[in-house]
This record gives sequence, C-alpha cells and structure tokens, in this order.
Amino acid sequence: MQTMLHITTLHYLVLGAALFLLGVIGVLTRRNVVIVLMSIELILNAVNLNLVAFSHYWQGIPARFGGGPLALHGQIFSILVITDAAAEAAVGLGILIAFFRNKETVNIDEVNLLKW
Amino acid sequence: MHQLIQYISSYLTSDKTPGVAGNMFWALVYIMLVFVGLSVAVIAMNWLERKILAHMQVRLGPMRVGPHGLLQPIADAIKLLLKEDIMPAEADGVIFWIAPFIVVLAAFTVFVVVPFGPTHAITDMNIGILFMLGVSSLSVLGIVMAGWASNSHYPLIGALRSSAQMVSYEVAMGLAVVSAILMTSLNAEGTGTLSMIGIVQAQLAQGEWFIFKFFPLGLVAFFIFAVAMVAETNRAPFDLAEAESELTAGFHTEYSGFRWSLFFLAEYSAMIAVSSIAVTLWLGGWLRPFPNWLSGQTWDQIFNVFPGVSFLLLAAICFYNTARMPKHPLFRVQTIGLAGFGIVLGLIALVLFYPPVSLRVQDIFWFAAKVAGFMYLYIWYRGTFPRYRFDQLMQMGWKVLLPMGLGVLILTAGVALVQPMIWHP
Amino acid sequence: MAPVATPFFFYLFAAIMVIGGVMVIKRKNPVHSALALIVTLLAQASIYLMLYAPFVAGVQIILYAGGIMVLFLFVIMLVSIERSMKEQTFNSQRVVGVIAAAALGALFISVYVHGKNIFPEGVPAMGEGDNTQKVASLLYGQYMFSFEIASLLLLVAIIGAVVMAKKRI
Repeated sequence: MQTMLHITTLHYLVLGAALFLLGVIGVLTRRNVVIVLMSIELILNAVNLNLVAFSHYWQGIPARFGGGPLALHGQIFSILVITDAAAEAAVGLGILIAFFRNKETVNIDEVNLLKW
Repeated sequence: MHQLIQYISSYLTSDKTPGVAGNMFWALVYIMLVFVGLSVAVIAMNWLERKILAHMQVRLGPMRVGPHGLLQPIADAIKLLLKEDIMPAEADGVIFWIAPFIVVLAAFTVFVVVPFGPTHAITDMNIGILFMLGVSSLSVLGIVMAGWASNSHYPLIGALRSSAQMVSYEVAMGLAVVSAILMTSLNAEGTGTLSMIGIVQAQLAQGEWFIFKFFPLGLVAFFIFAVAMVAETNRAPFDLAEAESELTAGFHTEYSGFRWSLFFLAEYSAMIAVSSIAVTLWLGGWLRPFPNWLSGQTWDQIFNVFPGVSFLLLAAICFYNTARMPKHPLFRVQTIGLAGFGIVLGLIALVLFYPPVSLRVQDIFWFAAKVAGFMYLYIWYRGTFPRYRFDQLMQMGWKVLLPMGLGVLILTAGVALVQPMIWHP
Repeated sequence: MAPVATPFFFYLFAAIMVIGGVMVIKRKNPVHSALALIVTLLAQASIYLMLYAPFVAGVQIILYAGGIMVLFLFVIMLVSIERSMKEQTFNSQRVVGVIAAAALGALFISVYVHGKNIFPEGVPAMGEGDNTQKVASLLYGQYMFSFEIASLLLLVAIIGAVVMAKKRI
C-alpha cells in the first residue's frame, strides 16, 4: 500500500508503458486507417510522458551529476516530439485523403496495390 | 474551528492571488464571484445588444417587457428553459449531448487566469496567456462535435466552416500575441513573462500601454488581434457560419431550448474572454489612465471617484427617462420600475463613493470599463459592417492577417534589439 | 507550495488516460475514438502539470488537443464512415497483433520489476515559477540547431501535405 500511495517516477513510467501497449495493439489490430494513425499518436504521447517524467527526476539530482533546476532536456525533447507528431499527422492524413480519393475505402486490408 | 478562521483570514493580508498563495477557500470564493459576474455580464450584454442595435437602426428595440425592456433577458431565459428539448432521430446521442458543455467549459475555464487587478485573479499561472489561447481553442472541438452530431446538412457545413474560420484566425491571433509578449522583455533582466499579471506589471514598469509602444507597431499588432478576435468568436462581420439568412443558424440549428442557451452563453463568454486578452496585452489591464505621469495624492483622489461617478451617470439617465415616460395610467408600473432601477443604481454609486470600497474596486472598474468598450465595439461592428463571404473570409485570414502578423513580429523584434543602442549609445 | 492529494490526482488522471486509450482502440465509430483520444491528451496535460512542466502542458493543449485532433476530426468527416462502420472492427492479423503486444508487455513488466528500486524517492516539490524562461533559455541556447531543424521539418510537412491532398498538382 505504501508503494501505491507514494508516487515516484516509476509510477509515471508504468503509465507510459501501458499507453504504449495500447497504442501498439491499436496499430496492429485495427482496420480503419484513421484509427491506426490515432494509435500512433498514442504511442508518441506515451514516449512524451516518459521523457517529461525523467526530466522531473533529473531536476532532483544534484547539479554536479548533470541535474539541477536547469536540467529540462526531457521537456525540450518532448516539445520537439510534439512538433514531429503534428508534422507526421498532417502528412499521414494527406496521404490518406489521396488514397481515399482513388479507392473509396479506409480499410487498411485493401491498401495492397503493391502486393505481388 | 479556530484553525478554519485562521485559514480564511490569513489570506486577507496577502499580496498574491489565491491560487499562488495556495488558499483554496478564497480561490473557490473568487471562482463563484467570476461565475456570477460573468452570468450577469452575459445577461446585460443580451439587453445591450438588442437596444444598441435597435438604436443604430433607428428603431426602439424591446420596450414592453420591463421599463425600456430591462426585463427582456429574464423573459428570454424563461422561454429558453421552458422550450421543448428536441433531439434529431438519427443524431449521435452522447456527442449531441456533450457538445454544448464542451463549448461552455472551454469558454468559462479561460477566466481562471484573467486578471481584474494585481491580486484579483483566481490564479496567476506562469503560462497565463498560453493557457488562455489553448483553452479557447478547445471550443473548436465542441463546435465540430455539435455540427457532426446533428446529422443534417446545414449544421455540418456550418460547423466545418465555423471551425475552419476559427482555426485560421487563431494563427493570426497567436502572432499578434507573441509580438506583444516580446515587448514585456524590455526590462533590466531581459526576460519577459507569459503570466497575465506580469504583462500588466511590465506595462506599468515601462510606463506606456503596449498599444502605443514602438508606434505604430503596437497599434498594428492590436489591430490584427482586434480583427482576429472578432473572427474567432464568429461574430459579425465574420458570422457567415451562423447567420440566419445563410445557413439557418449553422452548427446550432438542431439545438433548441436550454442547449441553445448554452451555446449563446459560451459565445458571449468567449467574446468577453478575448476582449480581456486584448485589454490585458495592449490596453494596460487594470491600470488607470496615466498611472506614472499623473501620479500623486490629488490625481489618485480624482481618479478614485470615477466608479461612483459612472454609476451616478447611469442613475441620472434612468431618472431622466422616468421623467420622459408617458403619463398614461397603463405606464404606471413601468415608470415606478424604472425609478426603482434608478434608485438602485444611485445606491450602488453611493456605496462606490465610500473610500475603502472605492480603493478596492478601482482596478476592477477600469478593467471592466475597457472590456465594456470592447463589447460596444462588437455590437457596433454587427450593426455596421456587411457580412464577409466565406472565401473572402479565409483569404483575409491567411493572405492578409498572417503576413501582417509576421511582419509586425519581425519588426518589433528588430526594434526591440536596436532600441537600447539608440537611447543609450 | 506543497502539492496536496498527489496520489489521488495521479490515479484519477491515470485512470482517465487508460480508459481513454482503451476506448480509442475499441470503438467502431472513428469519431468516438477521436473524442476518447482528446480526453486522453487533456488528462496527459494535467499529468504534465503534476510533473511541474507547465509549458509542455500548454503546448500539449494548444497543439495536440486543439490542432492535431481538429485535423483528425476534419479528415474523419471528409472520409465517409458509413461504409467503414459496416465492416469489421479488427483486421485480419488481430490474433498475431495481440500476441506481439502481449510479448512486449511481458518485456516491459520484467524490466520494471527488476528495476523498481532505481527511483526510491519522489522528487521534492518545486515551484512552477519560471519554467517558461528556463525552457526558452535552453531551447534557444543549447538546442538552437534542433529548433531550426524542427521548423524546416514543419515547412517540408506543410508542402508535402498540400501536394498530397491536392486534386491536381
């Protein structure tokens, strides 16, 4: 019970891992392309949570080991990851719209034009 | 019990907002006050809009319900609450039900950081302006959900148009806001701040409202924000998505009764919220005119009487109109009502003349007066400008306001860099 | 300022995030999945606030919940979903997918069980006083190169998305 009540960095990491697993299941099993893209966003968010949790951890480490109040590298990385996710979502949805215009379906099983 | 009283009274001598000081009781009290104040403001806006629009169109507006239509908003509210609640048959039940609440939530949560005074805010977040811009962009989601869940053509087109317009003008708003934030960093340490109270204190320290700074850059940034905020709240002349003659009320076509009133409440609250952003960033927030120039005991006393004088003016207008009422016996109730309203306003004016009250109310009064000016501007735009066609609207957002915003940002940054070299070479 | 009720809020937001994630991958209607994802993202912004990262929380609300998800909702409404709602929810490799995800989950569990004593103490509470200023000094100082590359990436993504979605190039 004491482990459950005292929130340490490990709790945030486990939460991130759970979200990552949900995203992986979504990517591997869903049929709708839009939901696959949304599951990828879930994965990226899980990674962001890990990064920010570690940055919070590093702020408690003394400065001579690389920590201290200015050790916000995780937060910077997560801002760049969010930027990346925005760019990738835009391009992915553009590809989806182009594909939908040709084939009239969003079923990922039918994205098989290059199959032998 | 003694601890409770201690907890409550320990905040009264603090110089921080309740959120920063960690006092939850006073934070809740402030939240209640803001909620009540906002509701009263929305009701007053309803009456004011109809009357001012009517007078601009050389007619009288509502005159029957109370004296000069003063009870009209209450009649509207009762009508909306008693109307039948219709839901379209094929509509998506859960989304249809949640959509108005999301729009209202987004419009009301913004007021957590709005500063009515140096300590009169619910809290002062480090990311104040970022929080306001972000949460107000969540109302786009509510509108999209409302249009989608109605499962009919006009709401869907209206919702997509409305949200496309809001998203486009958010970009221009953001650029104008950034160029105002740049001006907060012209202090000794060279660091600016995103917190709303910090922005007004930067204007106080630099001695001029940001609208006049680096003339005309502050003015152009303010102009960009003023246009973008009208488009952001879907008001005339950018109200193609919800005008009656165009799309039969757009995304809230299928909403009736209480749910429609939630959209209405959210729209007016969003108007007041973006006006608060404009007032805080460019017009000096809660500062009275010329706080540094005309300072000193006498000027302070002169400016202290402004709240009381303004309410006295309103009371005088009420009494003048009471005298002008027709002397027909059927008008007796209305005449007495108007006189009573005038007496209430006069009593409020007397309370505001009392020195301890007027000292505390100063900041809130100036902030509210500036926001009221913006509300009048909104109504003036609605009565004057013709509507923009949708492609003209999008063209203006992307091809006119965005380059202007970028130009103002670059020029402001350049002038801010060069400025110390000019004044202290 | 000491945070109050941290375990309560952490478990509350964690539950909201996990339930939202489950609803993203389980709902048939893509609009419901998008809304569940928005709820997850907002709960994650709250957890960022608990981790004393207010700037990242603000960026998450503006960009992710207010920008990317609006884009997703637009595309879902443009792409017809009646036909996709009549099809099956899960694709032809669902069994293998679940097994692979379970293997990954077993890997995670083993890593966290072995290393659960690395982070013994919670970090002392700190104010959020000047988080934005510190982030700015790092972002425009040490990470300036990454910042510029991110802006180039966004430019390329804008051009790419416009070209991909045009009817005639």
